Amino acid sequence: METHPSVLFLLGASHHTAPLAVREKLALDDARAAALAERLRQTPGVKEFAFVNTCNRMEVYGVAADRSALAALPAALCELTGCSPAELEAAARLRQNHEAIAHLFEVASGLDSQIVGETEILGQVKDAYDAALARKWTGPVLNRVFQKAFQAAKHVRTETAVGAGQISIATVAVDLAGKIFGALDKTRILVVGAGDIGLKTVQAFQSRGAKSITVASRTLARAEAAAAQAGGWPASLAELPELVAAADVIACSTSAPGVVIPAALAAGAMKARSSRPLFLIDLALPRDVDPAAADLPNVYVYDLDDLAEIAEENLAQRKAEVARSRAILAGRTAALWHQVAPQLHGPRDVRAGS
Amino acid sequence: MSSWPTDRLLLWAGALLYLAGFALGCLGVARRHAPGAGQRVLLSALLAVGLGLQTAGLYSRGLVAGGCPLGNKFEIVQFVAWSATVLYFVVGPAFRVSLLGLFAAGYAALLAFVSLLIPQWDAVRGEKLFGQNPWIELHAALAVFSYGVFALLAMTSVMYLVQNWSLKHKRQTNLAWLLPSVVQLEQINYRLLLAGVVILSFSLGVGAVWWSRDTSSVDWAKLIVTLAVWAAYLLVLALRGLGRVYATRLAWTCLILFVAALVSLGPVNSSRHHEVILTPESR
Repeated sequence: METHPSVLFLLGASHHTAPLAVREKLALDDARAAALAERLRQTPGVKEFAFVNTCNRMEVYGVAADRSALAALPAALCELTGCSPAELEAAARLRQNHEAIAHLFEVASGLDSQIVGETEILGQVKDAYDAALARKWTGPVLNRVFQKAFQAAKHVRTETAVGAGQISIATVAVDLAGKIFGALDKTRILVVGAGDIGLKTVQAFQSRGAKSITVASRTLARAEAAAAQAGGWPASLAELPELVAAADVIACSTSAPGVVIPAALAAGAMKARSSRPLFLIDLALPRDVDPAAADLPNVYVYDLDDLAEIAEENLAQRKAEVARSRAILAGRTAALWHQVAPQLHGPRDVRAGS
Repeated sequence: MSSWPTDRLLLWAGALLYLAGFALGCLGVARRHAPGAGQRVLLSALLAVGLGLQTAGLYSRGLVAGGCPLGNKFEIVQFVAWSATVLYFVVGPAFRVSLLGLFAAGYAALLAFVSLLIPQWDAVRGEKLFGQNPWIELHAALAVFSYGVFALLAMTSVMYLVQNWSLKHKRQTNLAWLLPSVVQLEQINYRLLLAGVVILSFSLGVGAVWWSRDTSSVDWAKLIVTLAVWAAYLLVLALRGLGRVYATRLAWTCLILFVAALVSLGPVNSSRHHEVILTPESR
């Protein structure tokens, strides 16, 4: 017969508390996760648990019959991961009850992420929960807490701008293309230069539906290799006037010492394009696109500094929304804790259910 | 005008709801996130109820006038605002233009308040406006309705110019962040221009049939101004079709033309022959 209230706990380390070397040690691959789960199932008093394991965090959420049941967890983690007790003590943080809920809400909402407001973390937390649910590691308390965390994250995204605006050079460029062309599935992309950054930008465009990709390089052989990598068509720089006239978005990343796309070339291309705009993304240093091309009507020119500035502005905007997001989450955390606290008195043991 | 208190009360209520819709949309823009489903529904509801009240006010005036209420500048401006809001509900879902509701609400509120706050515009009212002739009434209603289309075109032109300015000057303002792309806005501008010209041409065609039977029924000032507005829009449409005027130039042209068209309402309205009875049967 249980006399003490159970405790909802979180023990974990993240980029805020642990250097990369320690996070690498603590990372749980499938085998380690299974081993840790087995240890927790054998630990008296541990009722429910789930692991959130990403490149920036390793967190164990759980419900224990009392605080003494938690004592075995750090030792198990050290033993399974090879982390020393001192390293773990310095890196890990233990949060309980209300604080554990508040933390999960912030993690799911992207507020605790290295890149504030990123959305990938919500999918990762969902995957972690689904895995734990499928293995029957979770119970009524964690089920409710995770479900509410997903709802809270969605609410924060809807009500604040914490996830608004892109914060990498490539995705900022894609967002800008969306502001010029709308849907990108019919947009013709030309990459000038077979550099890495140009190809990464192409991938960002492809992830938003762009299908028509042409890669132009000084030599056709390089263009062919890069085009095969990008899933596009190769072309030679000798064909540049025709290519510029036919493209909607041009990402330049050559190592040429001078201008590759002079304003006159862009002006000539615009005559053949009717009302269709032209978006020139200059990712090269020194610049490939003549800055004077920006003065042409219906031509938009962005260089690396422009894109970086927008990314920084977006990040600042996201950070400014953190306080508002936290205020929203605080209300939801309090409401959930009010529901969960009585549940923590009820007996349920994972081992009994397994 | 003391003889129209109930109508004006309805029109005031409609204007206030348009303003409330505009304020709601501005709040969303200030927070830089696309309006959620709830906010969109609320904005549409405010606009719809505002439109209902404005319709009731204009209908009430129409009952007294015995026809379409276009008896003075106040009524014409109210009708233009009403047309733009109706068009928003008709055209908006087809184009799915984000923030068009915000612009429509702001525009309708502006026109409605300006007309309500200038009592001189409603001080006198023409009687027997259309000589009991439904064709003339149709001509007038369609002409003013085409102004509603051109108003919507002016709105989407402003949206285009804001987005283009933002992209050219690399300033990602909250408003621009939520606006549609320049390509989408340019396409919408072209379609609205085409729709406006077709409606205005039909209206003038109907008017021309009756005018040819009695050329003295319309004075030269009105005739010249009306034809000038129509010809200007027709010319812009032709140049856009030929690919000679597009993008920023098209947006500026449409905006300037609409301002000119609004100004032209003055001479068009003041040159009416209010007492003319014009029916084929009377000939």
